[in-house]
Amino acid sequence: MTELPLLSVEIVRRRIGERQTTATALAEACFGAIAAANPRLNGYLTLSQERARTQAERIDRLADQGLPLPPLAGVPVAVKDVLSTRGLRTTCGSRMLENYLPQYDATAVERLEAAGAVILGKVNCDEFAMGSSNENSAYGPVRNPWDTERVPGGSSGGSAAAVAAGLGVAALGSDTGGSIRQPAAFCGVVGLLPTYGRVSRFGLVAFGSSLDHVGPLARSAKDAAYLLAAIAGADPKDATSADVPVPDYVAELEQPIAGLKIGIPCEAFAAAGETGGLDAGVNAAVRGALDALERADCQLVEIRLPHTEYATATYYLIATAEASANLARYDGVRYGFRAPEAESLGAMYRQTRDHGFGAEVKRRILLGTYALSAGYYDAYYRRAQRVRARIAEDYRQAFQQVDVIAMPTTPTPAFRIGERIEDPLRMYLNDIYTVSADLAGVPAISLPCGLAGGLPVGVQFTGNYFAESLLLRLAHHYERLRGPIGPPPAFATPGGNGAQ
Amino acid sequence: MAETESRYEPVIGLEVHVQLNTASKIFCSCTTRFGDPPNTHTCPVCLGLPGALPVLNRAAVDKAIRAALGLNCTVRETSIFARKNYFYPDLPKGYQISQYDRPLAEHGHLELETDGAAAQRIGITRLHLEEDAGKSMHEGFPDSLHRSYVDLNRAGVPLIEIVSEPDLRSPAEAHEYLTRLKEIMLYLDVSDCNMEEGSLRCDANVSLRPRGQTAFGAKVEIKNLNSFRFLQRALEHEIERQAQVLDTGGRVLQETRLYNAAEGVTRGMRSKEEAHDYRYFPEPDLPPLRVSAAWRAEIERHLPELPKARRERLVAQYGLTPYDAAVLTAQPALAAYFERAAAGAANAKGIANWVLGDLSAWLNGHGAAVEQAPVPPEQLAALVGLIDGGVLSSKMAKDVFARMAAEGEGAEAAVAALGLRQIGDAGAIEAIIAAVLEAHPKQREQYQAGKTALLGFFVGQVMKASQGQANPGMVNDLLRKALEAK
Repeated sequence: MTELPLLSVEIVRRRIGERQTTATALAEACFGAIAAANPRLNGYLTLSQERARTQAERIDRLADQGLPLPPLAGVPVAVKDVLSTRGLRTTCGSRMLENYLPQYDATAVERLEAAGAVILGKVNCDEFAMGSSNENSAYGPVRNPWDTERVPGGSSGGSAAAVAAGLGVAALGSDTGGSIRQPAAFCGVVGLLPTYGRVSRFGLVAFGSSLDHVGPLARSAKDAAYLLAAIAGADPKDATSADVPVPDYVAELEQPIAGLKIGIPCEAFAAAGETGGLDAGVNAAVRGALDALERADCQLVEIRLPHTEYATATYYLIATAEASANLARYDGVRYGFRAPEAESLGAMYRQTRDHGFGAEVKRRILLGTYALSAGYYDAYYRRAQRVRARIAEDYRQAFQQVDVIAMPTTPTPAFRIGERIEDPLRMYLNDIYTVSADLAGVPAISLPCGLAGGLPVGVQFTGNYFAESLLLRLAHHYERLRGPIGPPPAFATPGGNGAQ
Repeated sequence: MAETESRYEPVIGLEVHVQLNTASKIFCSCTTRFGDPPNTHTCPVCLGLPGALPVLNRAAVDKAIRAALGLNCTVRETSIFARKNYFYPDLPKGYQISQYDRPLAEHGHLELETDGAAAQRIGITRLHLEEDAGKSMHEGFPDSLHRSYVDLNRAGVPLIEIVSEPDLRSPAEAHEYLTRLKEIMLYLDVSDCNMEEGSLRCDANVSLRPRGQTAFGAKVEIKNLNSFRFLQRALEHEIERQAQVLDTGGRVLQETRLYNAAEGVTRGMRSKEEAHDYRYFPEPDLPPLRVSAAWRAEIERHLPELPKARRERLVAQYGLTPYDAAVLTAQPALAAYFERAAAGAANAKGIANWVLGDLSAWLNGHGAAVEQAPVPPEQLAALVGLIDGGVLSSKMAKDVFARMAAEGEGAEAAVAALGLRQIGDAGAIEAIIAAVLEAHPKQREQYQAGKTALLGFFVGQVMKASQGQANPGMVNDLLRKALEAK
């Protein structure tokens, strides 16, 4: 039973269907594993045993009656704590929402449960998804299962760590500038950023609305495909969701990849001085992945994405501007933390927001407020939007030449806790490979491609709008070429095999 | 006032907020119903709960386009929602979703119809869609001294903001503009324009400039003008105040002032340090609003006749005076009532008199809307027909109307029930006249001696003797004949 959490979606469903186990037993095993590991990892903030039990029993009844099981039947999942869950505490990693109980479920959560998944609980993240290391959580940093002295990445650090450590089969995360892919890379799991509009944002607590995405983290491309299939599609509650048909991602995994043109942006491998450089181990691992794909008859094509050098600056203007408005609602009036004993309305606002928010959130609210201020709007926000359009145009042109673009997910493997927290600019530059896909709204996937110094390295494939199927297929084929990676040594369990 | 206005020319523009009468809110499906217990019409979206998203209500856009077309605006093919950022306890998200640099509609106008003068065209700068805020409640609770409450039932109710050009030149013109605007909104059925319930709200911008000067003076924004009377009074007061500042060599401060209706004065509201920077930016949660030519045309096809056109038609078609036409059309329902009554009737003018006279008096007296008229239009027409046919005198008709209203009877039935039927038989009237002359020999002598003013006395006596049923015209003629015969 102990190896159950490292199973795949298909194996879980098969074993439940064949009555080798039950969804209830599987959920219990997960809660046991969480209880054992969480003190070391700090991944889970809130457990939802009751809700999980109700859902597991529903699945077990279906199995008992021999009825067909839904695609994610009994699959235990973790949900990032920025997704609204009815009656289940949703903190966003913030003091501000320490005791906030939502009235409603996010669409992605609702759809996961409708597909049979069992929600184990809410996982830690940087406060309001702002961060690249998970050190910005009011509830303490999540630790990387590969080396607990290191960060798991962020902001979906809890999601990535839980999946890597087997504390759930998969997880939901959110990605505004790399927050799914970067922690996936640091923790050696698969993380998918869907096309903007592919997955409803309803119930995703907003950070930068035009950049926010909900997406899956899993131990394989196939599991990610199962999750995406469950959560993708138009939602009448999200006016920015796209009414584009959802393909059968799982079935399409097996289509061939030979002949695919993979673009290699020279900028990404330039080891630019400004970025502090691309780590040699990361470079080697990613090159190795590209070589493997070339041997599998993919064609590597050098391309250019000339505006990506402005992506980080553009991102930090637009995301912070939107955040400055999105976080205005945390004012102590209706819900969440309210500073006690303030003398006036103004003082209540100031004290609530001063004590309720952490340093990074306040920094970004200030940056964004400044970027939108009278007299600065044109120089910052408007100009950033123009650069954003150019970045999207770079991608459009690139995808006329190639099917997929490949590059590292991050310039380095996971860094040490505390190493960059005092240097926000260096922390922000950690996002150089991930932010431009969010800015352009195109999909991207990160998956492990080897180890550097014993730490996982992620390779990232970016596709054209709504090309998730292609990305998953390429990732799936590459996983076979690569062979198994993980689980992290400390979480290896006899019989567990994350790569299957 | 007149003295001030001989030296200074007021320049006035109005910003009017009109609550659209859609069934549900602009970004969620909560009802817009007014007057229910606080916070009973709320959901994650209008409460601004974390993660909730707005979805535009198409019905609100329909109504806003209707209003824009009714005000001769150009509707943009693409307009953009924007966030207007400010903190206030009744603003759940910390920003209001509004429109900013690309509003729904622009470049419209409406015409004032001031007495006698040529129609005056007032420009409409823009018309945009936005959501209403909630309501702060500072009074009426046991702990109101220390605490305020917020009711979010109104948060997210759709509004249109209509901004005029600074084309108005007096408080009376401003009053007239708001009157015409309200009338158009009512005709278009986009709002109930109920000022008490806040579905029509008005702010004014006013500045003075010496007569003959073309440059504008510093403008002051006045808020809280929540009745037509307050609008006019506040402007009058503010014009006097600014004139005094200018007369004493001072400079008018560009600021926002609040009208205090109880004291009839305006007071400065925000100091410069608190001046708002709303940090507008495009609302990322809502795609651009696209209004296709087909959508616009569809709405245009269903636009009703607007009040000005209706007034002109009532004058031309029914021979009404412009004044009567204006009073009738001020309430679309009243004009409709009139037209139903006048359909096929010979004496439309007579019907208009009854609609504006006894019917309106009855409605006012009973606090009733036109829809609750006690007499159906066809029966009012029948009543006027009986007068015109000489069956009833006007005086009798009033009693008949009262009976119709009270009993819900038709005109004929009420006449029969009252036993009222005008005596139109010359022989019968002559018999009454003979009796009256017999009874008043002295007055008869005086009349014949030249005091013809006594005719009225005799008419009165005859009418009295006939219990009001004698045809007054015939009584006049026959009396004169009888008196002058001897």
